[in-house]
Amino acid sequence: MALVTHTSTNAGGAVAPDRATAPAHEPVISVSGLTKQYGEVQAVRGIDFEVARGETFGFLGPNGAGKTTTIKILCTLANATTGVARVAGYDARTERDSVRRNIGLVFQDTTLDTYLTAEQNLRFHAELYGVPKAAVGPRMRQVMDMVGLWDRKDSLVSTYSGGMQRRLEIARGLLHAPHVLFLDEPTVGLDPQTRSSIWAYINDLKRREDITIFLTTHYMDEAEHCDRIAIIDHGKIVAIDTPEALKASVGKDRVQIHTADDPAAIAALADTFGLEAAMHEGAVTFSVASGEQFVPRLFAEFSVPIRSVSVSRPSLDDVFMSYTGSTIRDAEASSTDAMRQMAQRFRAGRR
Amino acid sequence: MPTHLPAPPRSTDVTTTAGASQLVGQIRVAVPERGLQHDLRAVGIVWRRELIRFRTDRLRAITSLIQPVLFLFVLGTGLGALAGGSLPAGISFKTFIYPGVLAMSVLFTAIFSAASIVWDREFGFLREILVAPVSRASIVIGKCLGGATIATFQGIIFLILAGFAHVPYNPILIVTLIGELLLLSFTLTAFGVMMAARIKQFQAFMALTQMLVMPLFFLSGALYPLNGLPAWLSVLTRIDPLTYIVGPMRHAVFSHLTMPAAFEQHLSPAITWAGWAVPLGLSLGMVAVMGLGMMAIAIAEFSKTE
Repeated sequence: MALVTHTSTNAGGAVAPDRATAPAHEPVISVSGLTKQYGEVQAVRGIDFEVARGETFGFLGPNGAGKTTTIKILCTLANATTGVARVAGYDARTERDSVRRNIGLVFQDTTLDTYLTAEQNLRFHAELYGVPKAAVGPRMRQVMDMVGLWDRKDSLVSTYSGGMQRRLEIARGLLHAPHVLFLDEPTVGLDPQTRSSIWAYINDLKRREDITIFLTTHYMDEAEHCDRIAIIDHGKIVAIDTPEALKASVGKDRVQIHTADDPAAIAALADTFGLEAAMHEGAVTFSVASGEQFVPRLFAEFSVPIRSVSVSRPSLDDVFMSYTGSTIRDAEASSTDAMRQMAQRFRAGRR
Repeated sequence: MPTHLPAPPRSTDVTTTAGASQLVGQIRVAVPERGLQHDLRAVGIVWRRELIRFRTDRLRAITSLIQPVLFLFVLGTGLGALAGGSLPAGISFKTFIYPGVLAMSVLFTAIFSAASIVWDREFGFLREILVAPVSRASIVIGKCLGGATIATFQGIIFLILAGFAHVPYNPILIVTLIGELLLLSFTLTAFGVMMAARIKQFQAFMALTQMLVMPLFFLSGALYPLNGLPAWLSVLTRIDPLTYIVGPMRHAVFSHLTMPAAFEQHLSPAITWAGWAVPLGLSLGMVAVMGLGMMAIAIAEFSKTE
């Protein structure tokens, strides 16, 4: 019986530098000219982006926009039709094992063995990823503590709630200390309370581990947690920037004030700040570029007494709308049904 | 900082980075480059998972026992009344079919263990296995060995009942039978894993394997001697791979019973190809080669990517 072993890519001899950690300025993920064709359908139509080390990068778009296909290519689960994807310093197509060693994955669907205990699931993962034996115990405790499941480690996963299973999967994805953690729709199918607790764990994780996070979501409010967002629609990136910059690009913040003397306030706004204000919804309403910077000035320099202030910002919904011409819900309902069905068929075929 | 050592491809770097940044208490884990030792660990854990699942699923062990028990005690006793005349004194029909039914006792466990691949695929766990940075070969090997081990355990449970069929608890006989069960279980699991690589639906997998397994069992001579058969059946029994393991198992049992040589000749004849008696070693060797061949096909199938 022959055990097939593959010698790794950089079996040069000397000490191989850890490419993922060596130069901090080098992007952890870089993608150029990526396309993926499934038969007739082009799921990804030429995308380019880079993710810096330590960044939390979000792919925002409706179902079927190409998010999952892109993540699959980055995770070496599918080969791109054209283009290059590099993850943690390795080519996702030609250096698959090296990429796999350096990434953690949390899929949309559960990939736990529910007939095993949580600890058995993690141990299985540790062995498959070759985590050094001495590190398995302490690291397992660490990641399970992080997601608050250590006291439930001996329970069968089948007894876990949906939120607990997702947390366990995040812990498992981190077990081998990957440089990049991929989260494909990490909170889909969970109730709002559980969703926010998952985000609390992810934010905590960013503080505690030296890790880059790549996630996909179609929830606008979740995209706010990202350092940068790429909006993807019909297989193309239509916008890429920080959430703040994206929102600023759409429009200004809207400020509404209630004052003791509204007409005087409108006149004073024009005199003091050169702003054009008007009455809307019973309040003095005007637009400024950055509401949170303007309000302190308003209090300091304004002559008319102010009773209340409200600042509303353009939401990512507005951003999505302005770049794609439809809201994310509309896009989900209409355009991409065909592609989604195709993707499902493809997934079923692959499994 | 993790370092990758050149010669042994495992860099064991476990330190706790104290102080410095926010990463206080962070356990540094450097996952090593892939090597033989890593692949062996993968084989080991896939194998161990089978054992854990078998241990926790007692119901399966019990239900898998029902069918062979029915065959041995109900069919064996019932038909024994008919067959009694052609058997020597002290040898019951139960004794005759015991080796065949013993082989049967591992059939379903082995196939079912392979079926869990289809199951894992449906429930997503297979993906966790397939994205790991290990060779697919180590996963398939682990799976085949795991299935072989638990099916053999299942066979050993049935082996405990040997006394009821008047088969002696002779240590040499028991060791021989366990070895043969292991070989049979391995080949059956490899067959199942090979099928599971291609068949993605659980229902289809179960239907197809059942459809194949029952004829294999009936044609193996598990329930009747291989001599004096009509030509068509004689040919089919020689084609059936199970024949080449049931034959040696019956030979092992009969060589530990006391009876006139003529009866032994008649009840446990050598497997013949156009009059040539196939040696036991060749018989067992063929089963082993078949198992390895099917495992190789399974490895090739699972190594494909989109």
